[in-house]
Amino acid sequence: MVTLTIDGQKITVPEGTTIMKAAASAGINIPHLCFLEGINEIGACKVCVVEIQGKNKLVTSCNTPAEDGLVVYTNSPKVRATRRTNVELILSQHDCTCAMCVRSGNCNLQKTANDLAIFDSPFAKDVTDLPWDMDFPLIRDSKKCIKCMRCVQICDKIQHLNIWEVQNTGARTTVGVTDSINIAAADCSLCGQCITHCPTGALRERDDVPKVFAALADSSKVTAIQIAPAVRTAWAEAMGLPEGQATEGLMVAALKRMGFDYVFDTSFAADVTIMEEGSELLEHLQEPAKHKWPMFTSCCPGWVSYVTKKHPDFVPHLSTTKSPQQIFGALLKTYFAKSKGLAPEDICSISIMPCVSKKREAALPSMCDSGARDVDIVLTTREFARMIRAEHIDITTLQEMPFDNPLGKSTGAGVIFGATGGVMEAALRTAYAIVEGKEAPRDAFADVRGEAGRKVKEFQLGGKVLRTCTVSGLGNADKLLADIRAGKVEYDFVEIMACPGGCVGGGGQPIHDGCELAGSRGQKLYQLDNERPLKQSHHNPDVQELYKEFLTKPLSELAEGLLHSNHVEEKNYL
Amino acid sequence: MSRLHLETQTQAQRTVERLYKDLERHLIASPPGACPIDLQLSFLKLCHAQTCGKCVPCRIGLGQLQRLLEDVLDGKATKQTIATIKSTAANIRDSADCAIGYEAANMVLTGLDGFMDDYIHHIEKGTCAGLAAAPIPCTAFCPAKVDIPGYIALVGAGRYADAVQLIRKDNPFPTACGLICEHPCETHCRRNIIDTAINIRGLKRMAVDNAPSNTVPLPEKAPATGKRVAIIGGGPSGLTAAYYLQLMGHQTAVFEAKSKLGGMLRYGIPSYRFPRERLQQDLDAILAAGTEIHLNSKIGNAPGEIPLEQLNKDYDAIYIAIGAHTDKKIGIEGEDADGVISAVELLRNIGDDNLPDFTGKTVVVVGGGNVAMDCTRSAIRLGAEKVGIAYRRRQEDMTALPEEIEGAIAEGAELYSLKAPHKIEKDADGKVAALWVEPQIIGPIDDWGRARPVRADLPLLRIPCDIVIVAIGQGIESQPFEEAGVKVKRGNIAALDSTKLPDDSKLFAGGDCVTGPATVIRAIAAGKVAAANIDEYLGYHHEISCDVEIPTPALEDKQPCGRIQMNEKEPSQRKNNFDAFECGMTLQEACQEAGRCLRCDKFGMSSLKGGRSFRW
Repeated sequence: MVTLTIDGQKITVPEGTTIMKAAASAGINIPHLCFLEGINEIGACKVCVVEIQGKNKLVTSCNTPAEDGLVVYTNSPKVRATRRTNVELILSQHDCTCAMCVRSGNCNLQKTANDLAIFDSPFAKDVTDLPWDMDFPLIRDSKKCIKCMRCVQICDKIQHLNIWEVQNTGARTTVGVTDSINIAAADCSLCGQCITHCPTGALRERDDVPKVFAALADSSKVTAIQIAPAVRTAWAEAMGLPEGQATEGLMVAALKRMGFDYVFDTSFAADVTIMEEGSELLEHLQEPAKHKWPMFTSCCPGWVSYVTKKHPDFVPHLSTTKSPQQIFGALLKTYFAKSKGLAPEDICSISIMPCVSKKREAALPSMCDSGARDVDIVLTTREFARMIRAEHIDITTLQEMPFDNPLGKSTGAGVIFGATGGVMEAALRTAYAIVEGKEAPRDAFADVRGEAGRKVKEFQLGGKVLRTCTVSGLGNADKLLADIRAGKVEYDFVEIMACPGGCVGGGGQPIHDGCELAGSRGQKLYQLDNERPLKQSHHNPDVQELYKEFLTKPLSELAEGLLHSNHVEEKNYL
Repeated sequence: MSRLHLETQTQAQRTVERLYKDLERHLIASPPGACPIDLQLSFLKLCHAQTCGKCVPCRIGLGQLQRLLEDVLDGKATKQTIATIKSTAANIRDSADCAIGYEAANMVLTGLDGFMDDYIHHIEKGTCAGLAAAPIPCTAFCPAKVDIPGYIALVGAGRYADAVQLIRKDNPFPTACGLICEHPCETHCRRNIIDTAINIRGLKRMAVDNAPSNTVPLPEKAPATGKRVAIIGGGPSGLTAAYYLQLMGHQTAVFEAKSKLGGMLRYGIPSYRFPRERLQQDLDAILAAGTEIHLNSKIGNAPGEIPLEQLNKDYDAIYIAIGAHTDKKIGIEGEDADGVISAVELLRNIGDDNLPDFTGKTVVVVGGGNVAMDCTRSAIRLGAEKVGIAYRRRQEDMTALPEEIEGAIAEGAELYSLKAPHKIEKDADGKVAALWVEPQIIGPIDDWGRARPVRADLPLLRIPCDIVIVAIGQGIESQPFEEAGVKVKRGNIAALDSTKLPDDSKLFAGGDCVTGPATVIRAIAAGKVAAANIDEYLGYHHEISCDVEIPTPALEDKQPCGRIQMNEKEPSQRKNNFDAFECGMTLQEACQEAGRCLRCDKFGMSSLKGGRSFRW
């Protein structure tokens, strides 16, 4: 342990603790911009500088370890002036049109500048404006980039994709797409982790809200919206509701208030996914020699995009089952449309996803198995939250409303899809019941939960051992594939989610600078699982009805046609 | 008013002079990786500020050139921009009044020739071709990429054995490099910006002086692979490859033509610079990794030699690292006289402890490189009454390290600069009587910036002497390899940067036999590169790493502070024996010197890109 004095307070912290963390432990929160714990500790913005008694040079508190006996000032006249000037310098290269910024009110730079009461600056504006493909689901606004390098680091270290690189030297040092290619030609998985870790509005998703408002205004269209499991854990994070009160019912009510004709639940489609993917797994297990092992889940489009571009030899290992979003879209425009006497093109199929990659997935040429585009518009959770604000809806005054049926009922299994391990657990619950002819004990498969990047568990299934592995984060996926290739590990069934922690930590979720909320959001899903009367996908009565009335059985010809894909077109589609 | 007055510098003038000096130090410490066009632009800006403003090409043209370069950097240029830059610069070169203008334009033209690829990249891609990963300067300029800030910090913390371990991750000759490395690492040391480069070699020496390399345990070896690698040459390059390949689990066998290991470390560098027992420490540590040693085993087709084909049959891969051990002749009349010795021969004999007796003799050494200085200082120690160095250029043009030249002069050597050898005069017995030299004047500067000597309009000079030592370079005994089908280019083995030989996947080569006579650290680097690529060729990917924890930088302010130089024994005490004359640093000196390190491993771009590599 070391003891130091920060702003007059004696603070004792373990050796190796940074000055910034030591200060925070005593309630002194030193402003910072580039710092991201464990990922970007490069001391570049120089906003977190502090003065050490007896030393002339200021030090960055984010990456300087506390030492015994140090006397630190976080607000000395020198620090105050330096911090202010450095923020002014950053602002000189930042497009400060905050009123038109997606991150206004949730921007670390805006907050820091405001906190420091910077209302004018002695420095001339020097803002770089580079062109960008505005049709791409991920948008980089060079005018807002402060070169903190977080995007570069998160993509390199966490996702192993190296989409972003530091470009040029000297005054022209900036961030760009690696090798200066068009982003659409890069191997970007659209996981969106760079967006959720950007301190400003330099990175964002393509805003598809206007398309949704246009659909709502079009009286010839029936609007049907599906909501992914993880969305319900985070949609109201910025709306000031006490913990636990942002219910699914309020979320449905908000969408109904906006005028959507049908509000459905992607969790229903997740239950269908389990029927299809679980059956696929059991079929593979019956004839192991005919199939590639391990079998990988395919419900995460970031992962599917990644594996098709970076490791195409593993594509035959992917389950052919589509993601719940696409299953939902295909069923909406066939099964549901038929029941209402509608043609596929009469319906505008919209989804709210915690994900940016889903925007790309919905636009894949093949995702038209219903005869029209299965999902027309994909919104992120953030876009959904912005719509609520645009519609001036005070959610505290709403009355809870149920999801519409028949695509609105879901089991706990469908809901936990949004957390890492959720698909695995849901699949095991149903597979166990089918193989063993009885229900698994409650929480029999809870071992696959948790935020660890790779979780290896074995379960007994039909007298055999099923070796499972659950991975989140593409960097962890990369390491797993390397280990599989090297013959170091062998599994039967592997769940992979591109975003750390699964969809709850998705790139389309609300942003809280410096906080990783996947863990606590995941807990909310397990809470909903506890509250759902039904916990196994095959028990969902509406799913049973769907098979009885329409699909006949999992992996039937109709199911294969509507709900499965070979993923091969992914590679060449930009 | 006085009719005349003496000029005194104003405060402003004095300050500008000082800033020029500051800028010079910045230039010395130029970081690797900066955009050449961006630098070109800033040089141009400086030149433009120096223009008096009278003439059009300089006053306006240099400014327009800056705008054109800015267009290139901002991605607004086309190929036409380059044509305009070229013609404008040529115009300034041809029409500016004075050197400020025409030399500034010349720099732009030189840049267009030298880094046209960078111009094209900027124009086509809108970005700089270079990596924006500014490396740690010392490590970047070390051919073997040794973790220099890491071991400096360890030496500063008194953790000498850890320092040796860390050095050994990239270089198994910490003692050799601690004592005699040419330290290219110091050339661009960022500390130059404040005062002077860190004495990196001296700090490395501090580590091995306090933790002899043969006492520091080796890292754990990988399990045996069953692969066998033949290494031809037991010098620094060959033994480096052998050491790392052993760690990777391959069995190596070193074939050394001479009777002892060490190559040029033994047969090129005299023991007063690198004592044999210190060499033995590195050798012992390396041999502890388990390589097989075959001494007096020359590869070739002559009787008693081992044919290369034999190794080809018996081994999975071969690394050729035979060094450069043959003489080069001057090619003048009388070179066959009794008393003419080649540097290689002299140093080889000294290496084998066959010391010739020069007592009372007058010796002239021909050459200006480090080997010439080694011969000079050895001749003094062998009892010569007088030793002179005949060199065709000036002292400042010598390729030897300045401290070597100064050391030789301090020990009594005379320097005959601007004296090109003409002929060697023999006496009636065929022995050397004198060296005749042609006086030179220094002349035009060549493309590499070196002044060329030109024959002076003066008569030949006679330098009476008994011994002439020819130290004008070494050649490579590549012929037996060429005969065995190895590709040879101008006498050097034609290996690629990967040490691979283009036509034979099994053969690798590196060190002096590929580069021509170079430095120990470059030979070591080649051995390291060869080990990695041989491992890969054999189908493995073993990684060499070191898990020593490196101290975090101290929070001290960096005040300007002089560099600690190595102490040497007085010339009178050292010039009569082959004992080591350099003294290691004291604890006080080493702590101060290590404390000067700016820790570029943490500060600067290294914390983002181009920083420490923990494994290779």
